[in-house]
Amino acid sequence: MSTRLSTGGRLIDRSRKIAFTFNGKRLTGHPGDTLASALLASGQTIMGRSFKYHRPRGVVASGAEEPNALVNLGQGKTHEPNQRATTTELFDGLTATSQNHWPSLEWDIGEVNALLPRFLPAGFYYKTFIHPRAFWKHVFEPFIRQSAGLGKAPDPKQTDPDRYEHFYAHTDVVIAGGGIAGLQAALEAGRAGAKVILCEQTAHWGGRAPVDGVEIDGKPAEDWINDTVQVLEGMENVHLRLRTMVAGVYDHGYILAYERVADHAPAADTPRHRLWRIRTARVIAATGALERPLSFPGNDKPGVMLASAMRDYITNWGVSPGDRTVVVTNNDDAYRTALAIKAAGLDVPCIVDAREEADGPLVQEARARGIRVLTGMGIANVKGLRGVVAVQLCRQAGEGAVVEDIVCDAVAMSGGWSPVVHLWSHCGGKLTWDKAGAFFRPDHDRPPTDQTGEGFVVCAGAADGALHATDCLSNASTSARNMLVSMGKPAPEAEVAKATAAHEAPLAPIWVMPQGAGPKKRSKMWLDFQNDVKVSDVQLAAREGYESVEHTKRYTTLGMATDQGKLSNINGLAVLADALGEDIPRVGTTTFRPPYTPISMGAIAGEARGEIFQPLRRTPLHDWHVDHNAYMEPVGHWRRAYCYPQKGESHRDAVNREIDATRGGLGLLDASTLGKIIVKGPDAGRFMDMLYTNMMSSLKPGKCRYGLMCSENGFLMDDGVVARIDEDTFLCHTTTGGADRIHAHMEDWLQCEWWDWKVYTANVTEQWAQIGVVGPKSRAVLEKLGTDMDLSNAALPFMGWTAGKVGGFDMRIFRIAFAGELSFEVSVPASQGRALWDALHEAGQEFGVTAYGTEAMHVMRAEKGFIMIGDETDGTVIPQDLGLDWAISKKKEDYLGKRAQERSHMTDPTRWKLVGLETLDGSVIPDGSYAVAEGVNANGQGMTQGRVTSTYYSPTLKRGIAMGLVLNGPDRMGEVIEFNTTKKPAKGETPKTVKAKIVSPVFYDPEGEKQNV
Amino acid sequence: MLTFTCPYCGVTACEAELSPGGEAHLKRFGPGSTDEQFEDYLFLRPNVKGVHFERWRHAMGCGKWFLAARDTATLEVFGTYKAQTTEPPADIVAAIRAKRPDWSLT
Repeated sequence: MSTRLSTGGRLIDRSRKIAFTFNGKRLTGHPGDTLASALLASGQTIMGRSFKYHRPRGVVASGAEEPNALVNLGQGKTHEPNQRATTTELFDGLTATSQNHWPSLEWDIGEVNALLPRFLPAGFYYKTFIHPRAFWKHVFEPFIRQSAGLGKAPDPKQTDPDRYEHFYAHTDVVIAGGGIAGLQAALEAGRAGAKVILCEQTAHWGGRAPVDGVEIDGKPAEDWINDTVQVLEGMENVHLRLRTMVAGVYDHGYILAYERVADHAPAADTPRHRLWRIRTARVIAATGALERPLSFPGNDKPGVMLASAMRDYITNWGVSPGDRTVVVTNNDDAYRTALAIKAAGLDVPCIVDAREEADGPLVQEARARGIRVLTGMGIANVKGLRGVVAVQLCRQAGEGAVVEDIVCDAVAMSGGWSPVVHLWSHCGGKLTWDKAGAFFRPDHDRPPTDQTGEGFVVCAGAADGALHATDCLSNASTSARNMLVSMGKPAPEAEVAKATAAHEAPLAPIWVMPQGAGPKKRSKMWLDFQNDVKVSDVQLAAREGYESVEHTKRYTTLGMATDQGKLSNINGLAVLADALGEDIPRVGTTTFRPPYTPISMGAIAGEARGEIFQPLRRTPLHDWHVDHNAYMEPVGHWRRAYCYPQKGESHRDAVNREIDATRGGLGLLDASTLGKIIVKGPDAGRFMDMLYTNMMSSLKPGKCRYGLMCSENGFLMDDGVVARIDEDTFLCHTTTGGADRIHAHMEDWLQCEWWDWKVYTANVTEQWAQIGVVGPKSRAVLEKLGTDMDLSNAALPFMGWTAGKVGGFDMRIFRIAFAGELSFEVSVPASQGRALWDALHEAGQEFGVTAYGTEAMHVMRAEKGFIMIGDETDGTVIPQDLGLDWAISKKKEDYLGKRAQERSHMTDPTRWKLVGLETLDGSVIPDGSYAVAEGVNANGQGMTQGRVTSTYYSPTLKRGIAMGLVLNGPDRMGEVIEFNTTKKPAKGETPKTVKAKIVSPVFYDPEGEKQNV
Repeated sequence: MLTFTCPYCGVTACEAELSPGGEAHLKRFGPGSTDEQFEDYLFLRPNVKGVHFERWRHAMGCGKWFLAARDTATLEVFGTYKAQTTEPPADIVAAIRAKRPDWSLT
């Protein structure tokens, strides 16, 4: 059983106690504890349950690599799942609950899964998807759904009360990792005068060196660390940041760092997390190394821990993970753990060393302290259900015959160390296999390169493979100095401190223990603790033909848990390589992807939430809409009034009222969002003829013309009315959502293809307020306001425009009609918009003036059979499909999209074409309906012969109307076809359809008598 | 997050203020071209691993389209230049040759 030691613990303040709860139980710890150390100190060795088999799990590591000790942290609004207990600093009032268990952490019903591993083998999901079919739906899925997922998702109805922010920085060097290598690198870069940001993910500088008993310049490492941090703090060009993890390295020196500002002090008046977005010339990854587990049967039981983690708990937090600890290793470093355990006054019954010989200084010291050292041995089994009660020893070289039982309550394991090469690899740095150390390290000849073609990431210290303290400092110094030379900022000569630590003999690569273990034993050797992937699973994948490490990963889920395989990666691929009979470097690693450890969604969002989620575009009339109870809808970044419900009105009621009022008298529409682009210059006409499918150069000043714009691929991309302002100037109206895109499209062709044409464009959308004055009384209201223009049909006919004064406002008036009524679109400088709108309302009282929203606009245009970009078009529709041949010039030699529309598929007579649809029963066809046809396709799905593109209730016609694309539609006028509906059929009945007659898409005023008056 | 220096306004911009436009130096084929020519112009891209000429627009800056020569594998940028040209200028070609002696403009 784990407990707090009476002495020791370099990071904790024993003079103070702080209280926290775990699963409702009140516990205490000290300032400086992590949640994991405090739980261990309280005797809580089981901290979670594994994903697949719900096996009881204890903490296995002491830092960011922890796969097991994941907890739900906080309650209610601050609840957050999957937080690693090892990186959670204890604070007063912390609440945590364990995850993935039912009914309790100690007794979990799902543990029965562990008895059935035969039924949950590698590729389980894929296999059950396929065969037998019915099993998936009725047996596997309900079962998996119930047991899937680790933590409890936050309540979607609660809003995270914490604040998050983004920080931007530009610097010369980012150093990831504040261990002795990172500090040494910072010294070099700082002295060289480079701007440096040094980030350390934990709350302490110095990394492992103090725990490992390293001496620097003859003094304890801690002294050198403190001195160096003080020197660095004195440098103006060096910025130090604790609790900040470099999460990712991206193209051209872009870095994301994740600072946990207030996780340890939740009441502080600061943002909780901060995302640093840094541009840097160089990155030094001084990210250290991670210890690997050993794969022996039962290596996942609570009480089995990494050797380095165990000495961390003893040395840093004064916590004993057990009274009697067996150390199992393939290297000398783990002997430090044995010595630390001994020094803490605890028992080490034996050290099980898989190597045939062990005689390094650390081994000798262990023997001298009276510890039994067994070489050439391994662990055949770990006894105990919810903890360790004994281990059974065997020969490493054999099949696992037990030679001895050793009673113990903890196991410290070490399979060697792997450099943390993540940051080197994120942006394409390649790795090389270090045979002596049995790890991948950076291949210096193939670094990730920046915009100049230079490598911009270097690894320093253990991350570069210099695992031993003696090499670590000098490696960090050399790496940093070489890098500084490459960026033209050489560091001044300075003596490098000398680190010393006991010499270590080489390790023996051990990937399976014992070496000749049979299937039963291999199915108890865990590789990935969080996702429950075992040696047997990887071997099965190899047998089933998964030769690529990337495929094996996905098939077995090895390394796919929240820890991203930090512990399991190398062990897993070594097992795969062995199963395939390949060398490890030939099998290779899976891709290292950012972030290094999970970062919060809050940090990613930063300040962009709620009201300021994104910039909003408001028209000059926005406030009026809000004041008049408009229901606003997003259109691009704009907010537009959908309708203006009055007291007791539904949206549908409001829309119908607005339409009736407009068609019956006077409606006003805020059309300010409509795109307005000026095209000007001597070659403007020529350019317009290329942009639009119809002839625009022939348009006379004072006139308007409706036009279509296609992409070079022939598809209809935008439409709108063009007004010719003068000989050299066109004003192009685009759709609301299309303005920026169309402006970019124009600029693309002008700048990149026809750069010798004398044309300028300007997007003036926001410079003008535009109001649709619509309805039989529209002329009357303008005349009532008083005007110096002749607005009669003779002087200003349909599709004409003029400029002058109305009610004292300077304005342009366009006789264009999207609603099919007599209407005038009036346009004034944006600053005058609200005043004009108010004046129109005042003058319009006697005509029953009514503001109408976008939905009324949509319905009215559909009644007229006008298309809407995005409804009738979807990127696969050409103008010819929509019966718009009249708007396509036959005379022009060329326009954008013309050649594409000549392709065989575009001229295919069986392309679905636009028609109107009238339901026989007057109902509204559901949005997205398809017209059913006879027969089935190769997949057994019913055939179709058309689809609905717009469908509305028309208050004018008092019935449902729709437009749609139908096979041979225009030739089938009067024919009745059937559309599917979303109504669920009763049992045994065929799905319900709705019958609709094919009609002309112009439902209202086909002769245009309403608009042409 | 690539960075390019806009040859018009001189600003070194990151991808957040740029929009990509695919391969540069395409010759437009319009009406009168064969199906093969048109298909080649509109769709067929060599998708090279290595030296690539590409279009970028300084969309959130000066608004100009410009062209860049970049190695798609190493992300090295050999240079950026104005879009009003049908082929990479001599100094860009020289810059590429200096780094990639085996490369040739085909």
